[in-house]
Amino acid sequence: MDFKYILLMRHELLLVLVAVIILIFDFLTDREKKNRLIPFSIYLFAGAMLVSFFPVKPGVLFGGSFQGNALTDFFKDILNLALLIVFMQSEGYLRKEENREKIAEYFVLLILTLVGMDYMVSSGDFLTFYVGLETASIPLAGLVAYDKFKSRSAEGGVKLILLSALSSGVLLFGLSLVYGATGSIYFSDIAKHITASPLIILGFIFFLSGMGFKISLVPFHLWTADVYEGAPMSITAYLSVVSKGAAVFILTIILYKVFKNITGLWETALYALAILTMTVGNLFAIRQNNIKRFLAFSSIAQAGFILVGIMGTGSLGMTSIVYFILIYVFTNLGAFGVASAIFNASGVETISGYNGLYKTNPRLSLIMMLSLFSLAGIPPVAGFFGKFFMFTSAGSKGYFILILIGVLNATISLYYYLMVVKAMFINKNDHPVPYFRSPNFLRFSLLLCSIALVFIGFAGGIFEYIMSVSHVLF
Amino acid sequence: MFVIVPVLTMIGILFTKELKGARLVSAVGMGIQLVLAIFLVFYYLSVRGAGNLHEMILTTDYSWFPSLNIHYFIGVDGIAVAMIALTAIVIFAGVFASWEMEYLSREFFISLILLSTGVFGFFISLDLFTMFLFYELAVIPMYLLIGIWGSGPKEASAMKLTLMLMAGSALLLVGILGIYYHSAPNGGPYTFNILAISKIHIPLAAQRFFFPLTFVGFGILGALFPLHTWSPSGHASAPTAVSMLHAGVLMKLGAYGCFRVAIFLMPQAATQMAWIFIILTSISVVYGAFGAIMQKDLKFINAYSSVSHVGLILFALLMMNKIAMDGAILQMISHGLMTALFFALIGMIYGRTHTRDIREMGGLMKVIPFLGVMYMIAGFASLGLPGFSGFVAEMTIFVGAFKHSDLFHRVASVVVVSSIVITAVYILRVVGKLLLGPVQKEAHLHLKGASWYEKLSTTSLLIAIVGIGVLPLWLSDTILNSLQPIMEKLVAYLH
Repeated sequence: MDFKYILLMRHELLLVLVAVIILIFDFLTDREKKNRLIPFSIYLFAGAMLVSFFPVKPGVLFGGSFQGNALTDFFKDILNLALLIVFMQSEGYLRKEENREKIAEYFVLLILTLVGMDYMVSSGDFLTFYVGLETASIPLAGLVAYDKFKSRSAEGGVKLILLSALSSGVLLFGLSLVYGATGSIYFSDIAKHITASPLIILGFIFFLSGMGFKISLVPFHLWTADVYEGAPMSITAYLSVVSKGAAVFILTIILYKVFKNITGLWETALYALAILTMTVGNLFAIRQNNIKRFLAFSSIAQAGFILVGIMGTGSLGMTSIVYFILIYVFTNLGAFGVASAIFNASGVETISGYNGLYKTNPRLSLIMMLSLFSLAGIPPVAGFFGKFFMFTSAGSKGYFILILIGVLNATISLYYYLMVVKAMFINKNDHPVPYFRSPNFLRFSLLLCSIALVFIGFAGGIFEYIMSVSHVLF
Repeated sequence: MFVIVPVLTMIGILFTKELKGARLVSAVGMGIQLVLAIFLVFYYLSVRGAGNLHEMILTTDYSWFPSLNIHYFIGVDGIAVAMIALTAIVIFAGVFASWEMEYLSREFFISLILLSTGVFGFFISLDLFTMFLFYELAVIPMYLLIGIWGSGPKEASAMKLTLMLMAGSALLLVGILGIYYHSAPNGGPYTFNILAISKIHIPLAAQRFFFPLTFVGFGILGALFPLHTWSPSGHASAPTAVSMLHAGVLMKLGAYGCFRVAIFLMPQAATQMAWIFIILTSISVVYGAFGAIMQKDLKFINAYSSVSHVGLILFALLMMNKIAMDGAILQMISHGLMTALFFALIGMIYGRTHTRDIREMGGLMKVIPFLGVMYMIAGFASLGLPGFSGFVAEMTIFVGAFKHSDLFHRVASVVVVSSIVITAVYILRVVGKLLLGPVQKEAHLHLKGASWYEKLSTTSLLIAIVGIGVLPLWLSDTILNSLQPIMEKLVAYLH
């Protein structure tokens, strides 16, 4: 075993190491001092993340099952960064008395889901893909039900695990059909044998349905609102950003590489799914008052936009997806960060409760506004660039009608994002949320998100780097 | 340069305390901007005079996203210079018209200047992506400015305005991407560069699909019928400086966009499909004028009047000949100044009488003579009295329109010319009712005279209006020279 090979898996191995260290530290800590775990774990994880940043030459492990290249490394770095921000935002939640015993498990479970996602992202065959997917999904159900004694939380957990299992079963069935038709589970082998035969198409449909559940596409989205609402705020943030982002990434790779021969077919399917998802997501978001459900439907609509971007195949498609997810990380985590700060301090999680927020907490309102405008795609925040390039990617294949529907949906989405802005800045409130000071990690994470949102769009180098890295593959 | 000064001003405001500091910094910043703009005009004229015949001068080009060929490419020609001067004057006047803004003043001035940054950036952009970015930059401040500091049904007006303009930019995005992906018919990379695209020929089928999208996209901002409905309520609910900037400059952004992007880059489709839009714009002109007659609220009258006059700009652009386009740009500037003056005055009158209903006011000329005289002059300029810029602009437009001797164009032109009469009706009616006759309310007898900042604000606009009216040639020549390459391209494709 060459040392070089271990380096290819450095992201995953470092994460496992961090998880083990946290467990050991938890074992050695007295009950009263458990809170120390929080900064300890965050710093440890940040350290591991920084070490993983160092680039390593691309390579393949286990005969093709594990693909390590610059693109997957970059993406894993994004996921690491997202998890770090989620950790920082969880501080307020974890310091609560009722969670004192559960701090270490929180970190460990989240890190283990990320390990699963990293394997999924780097997979080179369907088995590794599936194992990674399941490793990522199962702890998530436990995390969603973290507030064991609240019925909403438990309900969310049960819904997630049941539907997760169902969709995984469907997905696996589809994969087995494809295996039966092509005789291999390795992506590169399968790609050569894909034809538009009925068996393969059937397998593909099952596969897409299973993935559709993970990414909350319509009509597989019904679990999203309830699970998001039930889970603790930071877990919701994690679900909406990391879980979705990783699934999108690997779906894109599989569509582009494995099912390359039936591109016309899946483009038609995605076309319909994109329109459905954007529209349904937008229409339902308008009616929401609970901020978590609101952000749930908003992220369903965003998934629709991502599908539009996937339509432009090749390196432009891949680049626009990765770029969008990077920006989406900061955007959504910014919004969730503000929401969790407000919830932890005052228990308010309805939009009408946000009325008059600017008077008492101006900086939080501003960060929320930046995040909302980024979600809507308004310059100069980064979300504009993300959306624009998604549409550019679709335009490269001539899907102008789809772009038209997409931009009109973006306009509709502006309406409900403005509703929150209106609540914070314009509406009057006799009892607005009083001024509070958030814990330090949360403040830092919000600062990071807002700086990123303002400046990423203008740094053309990031997009160029992703483009150069994905060119190699496509 | 023009983007940096406003950005610095905004950052400067962040460091000031309440009202006094904020308005002082804004005044200084916008004053500097105005000086720069005037300097730019003279610089431009001297450069042209010395024989510089480049299409655009003072260009800067930074490669931003090389893989997509997106550049931060800016530069000006005569038309852009004129529009920049307009914006600088209007925002300068606008800052002084908002001298008494007490509520959240720092945020107000920051939003106002952010809006103007978007506008300046738009006029100097020569890359479609950059242009679109600056165009959409105005969305955020627009909603906040009307929603927070407006009056009346401000939230609803703000939402309607923002969503409709966003829908316009949605259509525009599709149009821009369409142009981008058809910008290399002979192979080679796609480009967003306007100058480069203007030199190639986009396939006609693509043009016919994207021209309407782009024209309507920009046209919504130019109050194209029937998508003008955001305008009356939006202008009426907005605070004074915002109405000035919006009706005075932002609506011209739409017209400028129609001109620089839709017609410039897709001339064949423009010529073929002009007739649809000529009908729509003629309706705008007449509908706006009739609408103004029906209104009782000063701001609504002015808003409908703007719909009518900006419709005239779009109409002139669609005439596709040099004189009409010259007139269109003159009208952009002239109307911009006039309507800014109107809104400023309305704001000042409202601040005193606390009503905008003309039925409740009268005889104000005796009580507030300075503002009264200003209002009267603005009214005459608006209906096209010679000596003011309105006459120059409208005359040029109609001459250009009449150059088309076919029946369709003649009928459309006659319809539009008739709007002059209707305009005269509502202007004179309002002026007479408001300023002359008996004073309606006891309280109105004791209104304050104009303060120094109000005089400064209105006078600066008036000087520009009279200046153009009496000495139009320097402006007209500037514009005509820049129109030359555009016309050459149009003519080449028409034959």
